[in-house]
Amino acid sequence: MSDLTALPVTALQAALASGETSAVEVTRAHLDRIAAVDGDLGAYLHVDADAALARAGEIDASGTAGTGLAGIPVALKDVFVTEGVPTTSGSRILEGWRPPYSATVAGRLHDAGTVLLGKTNMDEFAMGSSTENSAYRVTRNPWDRDRIPGGSSGGSSAAVAGHLAPFALGTDTGGSIRQPAAVTGLVGHKPTYGSVSRYGLIAFSSSLDQAGPMARTVMDAALLHEAIGGHDPRDSTSIDAPVPTVVEAARRGAAGDLSGLRVGVVRELGGEGARDGYDAGVLERFAEAVALLEAAGAEVREVSCPAFDLALPAYYLIAPSEASSNLARFEGMRFGIRVGDDGSRDIDEVMALTREQGFGPEVKRRIILGTYALSAGYYDAYYGQAQKVRTLITRDFSAAFDAVDVLVSPTSPTVAWPIGARVDDPLAMYAADLCTLPASLAGVPAISVPCGLSEGLPVGLQVMAPALSDDRCYRVAAAVESAQGAPLADRLAERAA
Amino acid sequence: MNTPAPGDEPTATTAAHPALGRQDIAHLARLARLAVTDEELDRFAGQLGAVLDAVAQVQRADAGDVVPTTHAVPLTNVLRDDVVTPSLPRDVVLAGAPAADEDRFRVPRILGEEE
Repeated sequence: MSDLTALPVTALQAALASGETSAVEVTRAHLDRIAAVDGDLGAYLHVDADAALARAGEIDASGTAGTGLAGIPVALKDVFVTEGVPTTSGSRILEGWRPPYSATVAGRLHDAGTVLLGKTNMDEFAMGSSTENSAYRVTRNPWDRDRIPGGSSGGSSAAVAGHLAPFALGTDTGGSIRQPAAVTGLVGHKPTYGSVSRYGLIAFSSSLDQAGPMARTVMDAALLHEAIGGHDPRDSTSIDAPVPTVVEAARRGAAGDLSGLRVGVVRELGGEGARDGYDAGVLERFAEAVALLEAAGAEVREVSCPAFDLALPAYYLIAPSEASSNLARFEGMRFGIRVGDDGSRDIDEVMALTREQGFGPEVKRRIILGTYALSAGYYDAYYGQAQKVRTLITRDFSAAFDAVDVLVSPTSPTVAWPIGARVDDPLAMYAADLCTLPASLAGVPAISVPCGLSEGLPVGLQVMAPALSDDRCYRVAAAVESAQGAPLADRLAERAA
Repeated sequence: MNTPAPGDEPTATTAAHPALGRQDIAHLARLARLAVTDEELDRFAGQLGAVLDAVAQVQRADAGDVVPTTHAVPLTNVLRDDVVTPSLPRDVVLAGAPAADEDRFRVPRILGEEE
């Protein structure tokens, strides 16, 4: 087999099951590609080739390769703690830390027989939309290496789009799976909040953080989703409900028939009521994707969700507020680095110095903003009001889902921008999440599926569904993918060849 | 430490038009146990002012009687039986600490000279 790194997971499963290849060969092919291109791409923060090959050897010896996901390599965003494997969340403050336990999703992937290739780069503590806030290195977009790969799961998106992993896990707080997937031509799904365990996921904003799959095809994402989903008694926010049948939904969607499906175009997100800030090419691809849905038999109408206009300010109050609380645990006493402990300073000074040197600028900005929003004089005006907006957004979703089965919008208002273009302008950076924030605040599932190119760069279509109806996202995404012919990711491979 | 006591709030007097200057940033950073450099104070004062202006838009919402949503799923307190279960291995946990001594985390002195 010539290029194992170019195959989708479904093809790797077949090749492993038939004995045409082995888990060791598949793993080695990916490690070779990482060694060849990741010096420039910067997708990974940690790769342990020996451990990966040893694990692949175990799977081959067990005779299970090709059964389910056994023998398939996977990459994990560095926000997931992994026992004995360095985990930093993209921050200096955790440099050198090796966790004493593993996240539930990492454990489930291990139990499924996957082979961990490594930990991928990310914006520090998942705060960012470009992966430029990583304390360690810049990650580049495989479509154009002078551009960002999205964020905060930009290491995962670059790894999968660049064929350095067949699929990967990311996390999405305000759009950090969907936006990087969109700008690198991948499928990325934010599951219903609470339907995938957050145990062992280094918390940014606890009421919003959600792990989910990133892959080159809808079916590959569905396979990863089913492997990680389901109730976890160790996570008090975990929903005790069956995992949606997303693999079956992807299969159904690929048949291309959406007859009877009611699709709502969100007026405030890329529809007639959209504000400035959208690339013309993104809106054109979006309109074409909507036409594809109609051609597949869906009934399309415009739906208004007026509170969505306030999702961005509400998010940038709620998330920093929760972050300021969650990140209080990083003070240099029990794990991570410690700064200034030379015997002359007391504990408060050491904590403050450790946090000063351990955190990067975006994390500091958000901690200060969150501390402000939660402070006694401003709590009601900012944090309290933002939580009320969250209720209004949830009501808009409920009303919309009375009228339609799914909502659609562009995933990101723009294509990937040049590295460095927005680093000094937090508001411009935050605007990248304009379309993804409402689903995060309401906890409903949303998927991004490629819908073509603008300026030679990928554009994503976002499909949102009611809570626990993740299968609808996969069905519609698979129909869009199928209508376009080969997955967009294949075009990158053709261009590189 | 992120919910300061009354009297700890920043110096601006109206929530609708906050002024966030260097002193306010320094005060908030202190509440968050975050040392900041002079250069950071200058940079954050400008940036956070702009961000605050933007996020203050939430006050546009007509949300007087609206019940706030703190979480997307209803949360119930989770209690477990009062039985001893295995915990993480002490040695492994302490191996990840910046400093440890006799099976404990070693921390800098907590009381100042005068205390």
